[in-house]
Amino acid sequence: MKELDIVGKSIDRPDARAKVSGRALYCDDLPSVSGLLYAGIIKSPVPAGRIKGIHIEDALSVDGVVDIVLAHHIPGKNLVPLIFDDWIVLADKEVRYAGEPIGVVVAEHPRALDIALNKVKVDIEPLPALLSPFDAMKPDARKINPRGNIFNHHKIRRGDVESGFAEADIVVEGEYQTGYQEHAYLEPLSLMAKPTPDQGMQVWGGMQCPFYVQSAVATVLGIALNKVEVIQTTTGGAFGGKEDVPSRFAGIVALAAWRSGRAVRLTFSREEDIVSTSKRHPSFSRYRIGARRDGRLVACTAEVIMDAGAYATLSPSVSWRATVHCCGPYRIPNVRVDVYAVATNKVPAGAFRGFGTPQVIFAMERVMDELANQLKMDPLELRRRNILRRGDTTVTGQRLPWSVGLGRTLQECAKKSNWKKRRKAAEQSTGTKKRGIGCATFLYGVGLGAAGRKIDRAEASVQVEGDGSVRFSVGTTEMGQGMESVLTQIVAEALGGISPGLVTMTEVSTSRVQDSGPTVASRATYMSGNALRIACSQILNRMRAVAGERLHIPASRVVVTGGRFKAGTEEIDFREIACECFERHVPLSARALYDSPPTSWDAETGQGKAYVVYSYATHIAEVEVDTETGIVSVLRFWAAHDVGKAVNPQLVEGQIEGGVVQGIGYALMESLLTANDGHILNPDFETYIIPTSKDIPEIYPIIVESPYPEGPFGAKGFGETPLMGCGAAIANAVSNAIGRPITRLPILPEDILALFKICSAPNR
Amino acid sequence: MPFQITVDCEVNGERIIRTLPATMLLSEFLRQELGLTGTKLGCNKGSCGACTVLLDGKPVNSCLIFMPQVHKHTVVTIEGLGKEGELTDLQKAFIEEGAVQCGFCTPGMVIVSEFLLRKNPCPTEEEIRDGIAGNLCRCTGYTKIIRAIQKAAKCRAEH
Repeated sequence: MKELDIVGKSIDRPDARAKVSGRALYCDDLPSVSGLLYAGIIKSPVPAGRIKGIHIEDALSVDGVVDIVLAHHIPGKNLVPLIFDDWIVLADKEVRYAGEPIGVVVAEHPRALDIALNKVKVDIEPLPALLSPFDAMKPDARKINPRGNIFNHHKIRRGDVESGFAEADIVVEGEYQTGYQEHAYLEPLSLMAKPTPDQGMQVWGGMQCPFYVQSAVATVLGIALNKVEVIQTTTGGAFGGKEDVPSRFAGIVALAAWRSGRAVRLTFSREEDIVSTSKRHPSFSRYRIGARRDGRLVACTAEVIMDAGAYATLSPSVSWRATVHCCGPYRIPNVRVDVYAVATNKVPAGAFRGFGTPQVIFAMERVMDELANQLKMDPLELRRRNILRRGDTTVTGQRLPWSVGLGRTLQECAKKSNWKKRRKAAEQSTGTKKRGIGCATFLYGVGLGAAGRKIDRAEASVQVEGDGSVRFSVGTTEMGQGMESVLTQIVAEALGGISPGLVTMTEVSTSRVQDSGPTVASRATYMSGNALRIACSQILNRMRAVAGERLHIPASRVVVTGGRFKAGTEEIDFREIACECFERHVPLSARALYDSPPTSWDAETGQGKAYVVYSYATHIAEVEVDTETGIVSVLRFWAAHDVGKAVNPQLVEGQIEGGVVQGIGYALMESLLTANDGHILNPDFETYIIPTSKDIPEIYPIIVESPYPEGPFGAKGFGETPLMGCGAAIANAVSNAIGRPITRLPILPEDILALFKICSAPNR
Repeated sequence: MPFQITVDCEVNGERIIRTLPATMLLSEFLRQELGLTGTKLGCNKGSCGACTVLLDGKPVNSCLIFMPQVHKHTVVTIEGLGKEGELTDLQKAFIEEGAVQCGFCTPGMVIVSEFLLRKNPCPTEEEIRDGIAGNLCRCTGYTKIIRAIQKAAKCRAEH
């Protein structure tokens, strides 16, 4: 393979300078446009009820209030198009969760909003709220959603589980539970809309998916897609929380702007953000696995219930991903999986880094450790005997022809952590502070997979200027993860190893490239990266022809490296050829659409090529549990990730460190509580605790590269994986430390104390 | 109209005299009145640290400070740290060490780290962790921020 000039190097992020100097403009920082109005959302005070009347007269008379917009003002459809098309913009007849938007107050200054919102009287006849998915699943339960309360039932049927278990020497069962997780991105949701003179709408905001927002705004206003331009502003973290949610609120803001004919901005407070936006699905799982005495897995059944909230939104897709990932990265001949996404009268759960997988990885990896205990086998050894290797077949019947670096992640992690020694030391720890060490192995299907096949494409455009500088546009977004750097490096490399300083990414807008799907599923690097690579090669071929003429050799023999076109000892700089092409009217721009390779899925059997490729990882956590206070401290964390190719190793490490800390929060700290009246009890950072600099262990990122031939320079997506195994590895480490099985996330001090019968089990 | 007061203060080296509602917060003043939007609002109640600025050289959550408290005092925001658009060694270290991801916590982090290094030029890792504990970051896992501060400290010690 050709030596790489730029890919594989840790260049500085192009967006970092503006960010460290405070010059980066997030949506709420955009300079005030003339006549800017402010929006405040009228929210449902109850989790379930029928709307009898909305009285807005008093609120309208508040000084500064310009308009109050309700569902019947919507000129288009009261709908946010997504998977099931069940999600409304403003509640009109019925409210389905506490905090659901009913209307929007529009005012000249933000001070008027709170006063006016307090004066809006919504007359609601309450209905009995269904807050638990188990209640909502009962056959006679009231229908929360017109589609019924079970949004989905995804299945895997492979082999024959009955005969599989009959073959097993040991069978282990377990029930597991996980709670909500709030994204807690630092920038609260912010969106701005401004009508254009041609009856169109421009929208700005921090978001992951501008094309989702475009489609929602066009639907709500009843106008064509070409009348809506969505421009992504610098986005202060997202983690899935800005995938579908901005669509609904952009619809509301655009509606307000449409009616007033003026620009309108909505910026959430932290409390509003937490009560109004999506979360990670709480889950309830029942697992059963069987193995031969040598540890070889022969059967697995899993039943998983995911609490989806009041609208389906992304739950069909989240629960499908959970299904595919349900049985871990193992060879298992006999499998039965049933995953349900169930409606409740709570805010819709949605996308969150891992997208339904941290829940099932926790359950599967816990039950694997219980199996290892029964077998009296080292848990890492049990995994080593069962993990998928190149050429193996997944539980969905997909053969893995390449890029399976799981074995290497396990090996590297075991070596670097000194697993055997530490495990032994943990067993010998005495006193009230117990040491423990635990592991998790897992995979992640990169991209949208068979469930998202229809929208899994991405376009890019590249333009070389007459001075040899380059600009490119893509439809996927930078939200902090480092996509801009990675794609800049891919462009620099694909244009012959030019300096990345010559390359600039334009701001992401729906007007620059065609709908490129969402920026989710760790797909930006490989989808946009591939589209860019194709576009760059078209330009480079034309430049090569011109260089060939200058160097008096056929274009095919011109070597391009280090930003220079070479023939023997003669060489010409990229910028010089660009200048010559420009003067000779050789086209220096190109567009390309990358279409994801085919995938397949049979809904009855759950068999098929679920994803184009998988990322793999092994996590090892070392913990100390204070059995007198119940406090768990993570001391060290090793995270080995097969990323195909690390385009920028520093960014890969950054994703690992950040994901692991978010995963530690999920495992040990973050507990979002819903009161009996359906309200979220702790919507702020004083009571919803996320990790600080005082809570983090020594983290050891380990990069493994098992190239994906279809990926740009071998890369495959991985941004979500660093969070995914943390809950499992930490729970296994805690179970190892205290000799009692952990069955629920998060593991709070009161849970540990309850296991030692120092206090009663907390009810969550 | 809310009760008005006249505030005489210095922001990033410039004297500013304004008549303002007495209930106006320093964060609102910086962002809305002066257009200094580098100071971010992540929670508006003093628990995330994104709005940290230096008030007479000490870090404060500007969302918890009312403008009358700023009268006759000096404020430095992220925009006032470097000279003439130049980055400080600390800001450069944040870039080089990969301590910036989404960037929303970054101005507050840089401000609080600047205070830390002025007070304690060679902090231990533990002292750095303590020093930035009031500033939340959801992206980086803090590790590279700690490295950046260590790098800047080393750089300052050498000069």
